[in-house]
Amino acid sequence: MPEQVPKRLVVIGNGMAPGRALERLFEAAPGAYEVTIFNAEPRVNYDRIMLSPVLSGEKTYEDIIIHDDAWYEANGVTLHTSAKVSEIDRQTKTVTSENGITAAYDKLIIATGSHPFVIPVPGHDLPGVNTYRDLDDVDAMMEAARAGGRAVVIGGGLLGLEAAAGLRMQGMDVTVLHLPASLMERQLDPAAGYLLERELTSRGIDVRCKSNTQEILSRTSNGTGPCVGGVKLDDGTEIEAEIVVMAVGIRPSVELAKEAGIETNRGILVDPTMRTSDPDIYAVGECVEAGGQCFGLVAPLYEQAGVLAAQLAGDAEPSFVPQATATKLKVTGVNLYSAGDFADGDGREEIVLRDASQSVYKRLVIEDDTLVGVVMYGDTSDGAWFFDLIKRKTDISDMRETLIFGQNYAGGEPLDPTAAVAALPGDAEICGCNGVCKSRITDTITAKGLTSVDEVRAHTKASASCGTCTGLVEQLMALTLGDAFDPAAVTPMCGCTDLGHSDVRRLIKAKELKTIPAVMQELEWSTSGGCAKCRPALNYYLVADWPDVYADDYQSRFINERVHANIQKDGTYSVVPRMWGGMTSSDELRAIADVVDKFDIPTVKVTGGQRIDMLGIKKEDLPAVWADLGKVGFVSGAAYAKGLRTVKTCVGTDWCRFGTQDSTGLGVRIERFMWGSWTPAKVKMGVSGCPRNCAEATCKDVGVVCVDSGYEIHYAGAAGLEVLKTELLCNVASEDEALAVIVALVQYYRETGHYLERIWKWTKRIGQDAITAQVVDNLETRKALFDRFVFSQKFAQVDPWEARVKGQDAHEFQPMADVARLEAAE
Amino acid sequence: MHDKAWLAIGQLDDIPRAGARIVRTPGGCIAVFRTAADAVFALSDQCPHRGGPLSQGIVHGNSVTCPLHNWVISLETGEAQGADEGQVKRFPLKVDAGTIYIDGASLAEQA
Repeated sequence: MPEQVPKRLVVIGNGMAPGRALERLFEAAPGAYEVTIFNAEPRVNYDRIMLSPVLSGEKTYEDIIIHDDAWYEANGVTLHTSAKVSEIDRQTKTVTSENGITAAYDKLIIATGSHPFVIPVPGHDLPGVNTYRDLDDVDAMMEAARAGGRAVVIGGGLLGLEAAAGLRMQGMDVTVLHLPASLMERQLDPAAGYLLERELTSRGIDVRCKSNTQEILSRTSNGTGPCVGGVKLDDGTEIEAEIVVMAVGIRPSVELAKEAGIETNRGILVDPTMRTSDPDIYAVGECVEAGGQCFGLVAPLYEQAGVLAAQLAGDAEPSFVPQATATKLKVTGVNLYSAGDFADGDGREEIVLRDASQSVYKRLVIEDDTLVGVVMYGDTSDGAWFFDLIKRKTDISDMRETLIFGQNYAGGEPLDPTAAVAALPGDAEICGCNGVCKSRITDTITAKGLTSVDEVRAHTKASASCGTCTGLVEQLMALTLGDAFDPAAVTPMCGCTDLGHSDVRRLIKAKELKTIPAVMQELEWSTSGGCAKCRPALNYYLVADWPDVYADDYQSRFINERVHANIQKDGTYSVVPRMWGGMTSSDELRAIADVVDKFDIPTVKVTGGQRIDMLGIKKEDLPAVWADLGKVGFVSGAAYAKGLRTVKTCVGTDWCRFGTQDSTGLGVRIERFMWGSWTPAKVKMGVSGCPRNCAEATCKDVGVVCVDSGYEIHYAGAAGLEVLKTELLCNVASEDEALAVIVALVQYYRETGHYLERIWKWTKRIGQDAITAQVVDNLETRKALFDRFVFSQKFAQVDPWEARVKGQDAHEFQPMADVARLEAAE
Repeated sequence: MHDKAWLAIGQLDDIPRAGARIVRTPGGCIAVFRTAADAVFALSDQCPHRGGPLSQGIVHGNSVTCPLHNWVISLETGEAQGADEGQVKRFPLKVDAGTIYIDGASLAEQA
């Protein structure tokens, strides 16, 4: 064969994708090309995936070099380092670098990679604001770490978290700011995101989701001018920082190709053979857009490299088709794996396995008897196997029952859950908290004739503390009692759990669970995201138990509480402003009249709670209605809330010839003290100035009847589906004491009530004696309850209407699009 | 996809996770849902029971619970779940690079 003259191949960029392409090309067609590489960085090809271990100090630059100088020499490659290409001339088929080197090509590969996206907030260009992309960035971060102090990482995705973990290992204090509600939201579902957040927090990393950076603050350092001093969030929080790392995403570097007239979109457009719009020019790597997608993970980039090499070697067969990819976080000790498409979708089903004690979460997404996605946290040993099933589209119907247990169980018999417990010896410990063994539980069940888990808890203390062994105790009861055991004796909250409301509330406190994903993971929810029954309940419990730290999940609230108005049968809303104790004024009435006219509100009604309801308001008008009402001082009446509704009063000693106390004043005082608080179900109150009881206080959730000697405090009345006269809680002599008792009572209800359980039902369940003991007899618990209520009010007494007039949740009130307008525009 | 007239109606991020937004059309409102796992569905914004606005319901898994009387509607099939019977019209849509498109042709049929 006559020796061919090698063609000239020029490569712009020296990253991992072109490196891999050249390796493959030299194998497939040795000597076919004479290669020249232009590299903007001053180095050889190194493994960018391993930047994180370099940052954390677990590896050095030398460890991560892929191609050393000898490799370039052996393959006859000319490598120009620190030579950034500034121009491609497609007419003369040459490229020229900024430092004046020109090279001619027959074939050209553009592999310009990507550049990090920098949020253009004020201060983003201060010294000390870094990105995390190449070795120079790592060097800068390590330099900063030597000085110590705090680093703020903006972005809780893959790169941001690796940077955070690395900086932490270098001894810095680290805060991660992440705009979405959970970490790595592109790769993980909220359940796995929660476990990851918990792990990072336990390593001393301060993770703040839903945090929006407003500004990078500066400080002046000794003689070197201003540099990074901290970060300011849009809620006003300021965090001091010695260094800020922006890791919010990457953008394909397309400028060079675009200037040369090559077709680009988000990335450089290529066909499945990796060819750009110019047939002699190829592109590969992160700068590429193929099939509408851009790529940042290494697997598809190597796939592209293989296709490109084959094409250059003359094999036209291979083509690049984007496939499912797998993600792992490279933080030592964090086991996390996600692959494929794990979004819910048409005809998709999920299998969820949670093991709270081991912090394990696994979720498989199945479609048409094939696995399409997997998310795993804690135990990721079967990741590769699951990924293989996804890629091969294997029919999993035969192994579905045991699929989630992994490869070792594939195709085996379904496991009998009680078999393992039955096999345990009598002295095996079941409840670690209270040191209770199996035989003690089974013997006690038999001896005392116990039939419910609550009874076992009372007699043996098993599962009475952290509760994670509740499942085991139930299995023991099933084994001991056979069919006589009815695990449904406790009514579960909903189909997502076997636990009842009381257990869930107890465990939220005992295990300090502070987010919905935390509750679902630690209490082993059987669904990944809960249902319309449990989510509002959990949201209330968390709001009530952790008022200062819990971020209210509005998507878990019923529509009325989400938009702070009452939905009506035709989809319009009603609005009820607060009238303290039923008192109003000419200014307020005039404002209401004006709003009714201005917004053409069809119905105005006086309510049973002594205020005014405007009905039939269009949703998009709500913020404007509230703005007008707010001008005369109206705040939301919370007529939609599982919370304090109204305090109905009579005119008392102000006007009435029978009045014994200032019932109006006390009602207004109670309402002003307690408005804004969330409760398990709605709370309506009344204060009557004498036993004639014009405020109907004795059928309210809480009522006060004034008498000459002071105040009778009543509770647990009802005037709805049930009609019940209140119970007398106690008599007190002063307004102050009346307020103290009422607040303590409501706080006790807030802490122990089941979601949607009115006070009268709660009283039946808890017992009047217990309530009297807590809020009347024991002054210490009364004071503690009172103080906890006051603390929670610091976060609750924010007028939701005013917040929405200022723009909060604007998306709730506007349609996303109007098709008639879209079509007209086309 | 020659028989479909894709109409861009907004970005995926315009809809809160486990939430919904409405799109106005000459034939009535359409509810566009985004699940916690980022799947997107479009249904007529009318519960088959009493016409309640499904867009205002709580989104859980691949279902929505109507705010008026707690019917649970499957976002995948539009069918009422459990003992209730009824079905809501579904509209084809697609998400491409974060933009949501709805099939304009199906809207015309609706009207």
